[in-house]
Amino acid sequence: MLTNDLHVGSPRNRIDGPAKVTGQATYAAEFAAPELTHGYIVGSSIAKGTIADIDASAAEAVPGVIKVFTHENRPRTAWFSSSYADQLGPPGKPFRPLYDEAVLYSGQPIALVVASSFEIARHAASLVRITYEADEHQTDLEAARHDSYDPPSKRFGMAPPSARGNDAKAFGEAAHRVSQEYAIAAEYHNPMEPHATTVVWHDDETITVHDKTQGVLNSQAYVASVFGLSKKSVRVISPFVGGGFGSGLRPQHQLFLAVMASLELKRSVRVELSRAQMFSHVHRPETVNILSLGADKDGRLTSVQHHAVAATSQFEDHQEVVTSWSGLLYKVPNASFQHDLAKLDIYTPGDMRAPGAPLGMFALESAMDELAIAANLDPLELRLRNHVDVDQNTGKMLTSKELLACYAQGAERFGWSRRNPAPGSMRDGSELIGWGMASGVWEAYMFKTSARVDLMPDGKLEISCATSDIGTGTYTILAQIGADALGLRMEDVTVKLGDSSLPEAPVQGGSWTAASAGAAVAEACETLAGKLLAAAGKLPGNPFAKAGRDDVAFSGGRLILVADPSKAVPLADIVAAGGDSPIHAEETVKPSLLKYLRYSSFAHSAVFAEVRVDEQLGVIRVTRIVSAVAGGRILNPKTARSQIIGGVVWGIGMALHEEAMTDHNLGRIMNRSLAEYHVPVNADIHDIDVIFVDETDEKVSPLGVKGLGEIGLVGTAAAIANAVHHATGKRIRSLPITIDKLMD
Amino acid sequence: MNRFTFQRAASVDMAVAALEASPRAHVIAGGSNLLDLIKSNVETPETLVDISRIAALAAISGTAEGGLHIGAMVTNAALARDERVIARFPLLSDAILAGATPQLRNAATAGGNLNQRTRCYYFYDTATPCNKREPGTGCPAIDGRNRIHAILGTSLHCIATHPSDMCVALAALGAIVHASGPDGERTILIGDYHRLPGDTPHLDNTLQAGEVVTGITLPAASQIFGSHYTYLKLRDRLSYAFALVSVAAAVDLDGGTIRQARIALGGVAHKPWRRDEAEALLVGKPAQEDTFAKAADALLAGAQGFEHNRFKIELARRAITRAMAQAVAGTPQTSTDKRIAQGHHHAHQ
Repeated sequence: MLTNDLHVGSPRNRIDGPAKVTGQATYAAEFAAPELTHGYIVGSSIAKGTIADIDASAAEAVPGVIKVFTHENRPRTAWFSSSYADQLGPPGKPFRPLYDEAVLYSGQPIALVVASSFEIARHAASLVRITYEADEHQTDLEAARHDSYDPPSKRFGMAPPSARGNDAKAFGEAAHRVSQEYAIAAEYHNPMEPHATTVVWHDDETITVHDKTQGVLNSQAYVASVFGLSKKSVRVISPFVGGGFGSGLRPQHQLFLAVMASLELKRSVRVELSRAQMFSHVHRPETVNILSLGADKDGRLTSVQHHAVAATSQFEDHQEVVTSWSGLLYKVPNASFQHDLAKLDIYTPGDMRAPGAPLGMFALESAMDELAIAANLDPLELRLRNHVDVDQNTGKMLTSKELLACYAQGAERFGWSRRNPAPGSMRDGSELIGWGMASGVWEAYMFKTSARVDLMPDGKLEISCATSDIGTGTYTILAQIGADALGLRMEDVTVKLGDSSLPEAPVQGGSWTAASAGAAVAEACETLAGKLLAAAGKLPGNPFAKAGRDDVAFSGGRLILVADPSKAVPLADIVAAGGDSPIHAEETVKPSLLKYLRYSSFAHSAVFAEVRVDEQLGVIRVTRIVSAVAGGRILNPKTARSQIIGGVVWGIGMALHEEAMTDHNLGRIMNRSLAEYHVPVNADIHDIDVIFVDETDEKVSPLGVKGLGEIGLVGTAAAIANAVHHATGKRIRSLPITIDKLMD
Repeated sequence: MNRFTFQRAASVDMAVAALEASPRAHVIAGGSNLLDLIKSNVETPETLVDISRIAALAAISGTAEGGLHIGAMVTNAALARDERVIARFPLLSDAILAGATPQLRNAATAGGNLNQRTRCYYFYDTATPCNKREPGTGCPAIDGRNRIHAILGTSLHCIATHPSDMCVALAALGAIVHASGPDGERTILIGDYHRLPGDTPHLDNTLQAGEVVTGITLPAASQIFGSHYTYLKLRDRLSYAFALVSVAAAVDLDGGTIRQARIALGGVAHKPWRRDEAEALLVGKPAQEDTFAKAADALLAGAQGFEHNRFKIELARRAITRAMAQAVAGTPQTSTDKRIAQGHHHAHQ
């Protein structure tokens, strides 16, 4: 038979799993190099001011210390801040490490101590004496928001939509009105693997850079630009990333420092950040939403006004999509959007898992819950009444939106119909039980991506692409796609990723990798299939002499004539017939402009949450989550489910735990450890049930894939907050929801 | 982390001698707290004196008067899982299991737990002032991020808390600390072991220079709390977090009447917080909520909140009431079930 057991669509184990759990996968700080030196960063203790003096003499006197780099003695690098730009930077002037005496935020790298061992470098770093002239700083968004502004330059793709209708009039005339502020604390990515860079110096004055990054080409271009190097002399390799979540999208300062030291010392250098130092760079911006909903007497939305104020640094205007969702998800004729920034003396915030979406959606979905109560409607019924099937923000059609199926299947699985609507009405002993729900939405992207495939003389397939696998399962899904395309077993496919010498791919983020790299691999495999058919012509007595592409199939490692399956040749024989070298193909896929002009594409979800709250003590347990997702075609239900579970756990963290606590007197984050910056632990996680509803979408991307990295997070925090209200009658509009907020 | 020499002491006397020889020598046992402090440059020892291999300190044994003696090097895991402890002093076992993680409990020792230092953010950050770390530099926590800080027994110089769970149970059980030093051996009541910050917040306890903790005795008399007790710990996530407020409660009942009771609080002061006058209010009273509330008021009298931790006062009041209900009902909080046990409002015996 010609039918393969298809890998795509079937649950498959991660092909990189054994390497990871046995310690064979090598991460940025684990690559070895001869005579490797180690750099340790000294961070600023003040948030704003100037460096008056640096006394490094005690550090330099420590045996084993090679050099202490500061702004006073650093090697010459690019002069203009524009040379420090990267693929994802927002408008502004990118931070230049060790550039001059200015201190722009607490924890800013002030010196790099390079020594023969990590321990010596770390000790010597503690001996560097820095004298500051401190200026008055501002790290409090609550104070700075009064000076917030509409950023004059918009980050690409991040501008809020245009207003429509007359939102003020509609709100004024609405039968039901909700107008509240919803705030979310600053969060830090805290991937398990801290940021690190190992630069291997070669005698021909080239460098190999092992960087913790979600985009080797972004790191390569940055290094080449900043240090005036040709891209040929900088190879960036990052085969494994111990969690990215957006923290590895833009180059972080350890990359600059490690390369700087290596070029100057002409030696291999490693710089790794401590967990505390992980709080000295990118993070999710503290954000306040001012959200107003107007609805008619039946709960149909008549207006939405969504105004967000987010923190940014003094030097860059970081922006993300916070407000658009409110004009998109539900039918609403009158709408206005505003995304303002407030400058603080902090490092520039950046993209963190589903950047913008859970912030804006916490506001929208909390407000919808409040509106449901005002209109005396079930929260799910309210959403059904406001469902819409076009993108009102742009007027475009949607390629698909199976959100109604998410609602139906999620509600059924959860048992939503048994909900007593009255807050505090469901109780089990001393615990109040709350059921809440929320919708989720995330844009489905695809970007230009190239991939190469090589069929080896032994009949095995090698797939190459510069994209990373930040733990999402990219290695695995690409192997599935390649195996199906050429009728191979998974174990006959190897995948090479995370190397700047491989075919070009964008940074891995935004849930676009499966759609983009997946399509590139599929396309390259199809080209390879044609080449194999042509190469079969060299076979003695070629059984495919008159066959076109549609007349043959690939199955069981063989090329087969469909009309006569007895005519079958192992792929290895076809390669061998042409000599000993592999047969390869490389293709580049791009999103369709025509599709983009006509259609918008989003992944959707419906999240149902059960919480149990101790009535007296305020202890919250999230005992059940059902997340029903419409994410287009699911390539691998196993890794896909893991993605959603991970997103839900992040949502629980956002709802209940995560908060960077800044001492505004010192301008400094104080809980810079995983003991004190809380993320959920096993005890906080109970039942998480993931549903993928059927969603066929032939327009969104060549494989019908929408991407799943973000959607599991987006609605979760709002669903939990709504459940807390249902349990306790207390509406908590600032995350995280901690015991103290339920004590009042 | 600075360079230091590492010495392994074969006996308590050798450890004491090593401490005497260098004023910057520091005892190390499991290292689960000290190594973090050294890496953060909060502690900069010249010499580490490892006492973890002193076999004589690693045993749990019965005392002549019927109590239990716990060697200072007994690990938290071994202590919590010891059958004698579980049978006779289950409050101690439960308190230990409410803290840290299995990995940490396997490394941490009884003596080390007693001597662990505060988790105050400022204490750990050498870029900030801290009177506990550098006397005289000030206490930024008082006007800063003080959500996890003390509400009782604070001073103008320090509002740090003692982070231990084990010590809260030891306080409730009236344990006795044994120390050995240049002047020989001595015992210290647990209530006298840890200090309030006052104007010497750099001192966590009353251990003298050159002294080493050798063990802890659980008095036989405290076995009366073997069936009516609880350790209730409230925190910002359901495991692996320090207490916002914790309560070790133990009662000895005569029907529905309290014969004797102990209440100690964690997470609220520079030491486990107990007051005799609060416990005295319970003696001879019916085991019911209004009784517990009066004791809670007495135990929390004078509590002072700061900007971010005022909630702890009311939280502690409610936690005491609940813990007493759990103890009276004989339904202690377990660390495996994260649901807070309801307890009963009235004793049933």
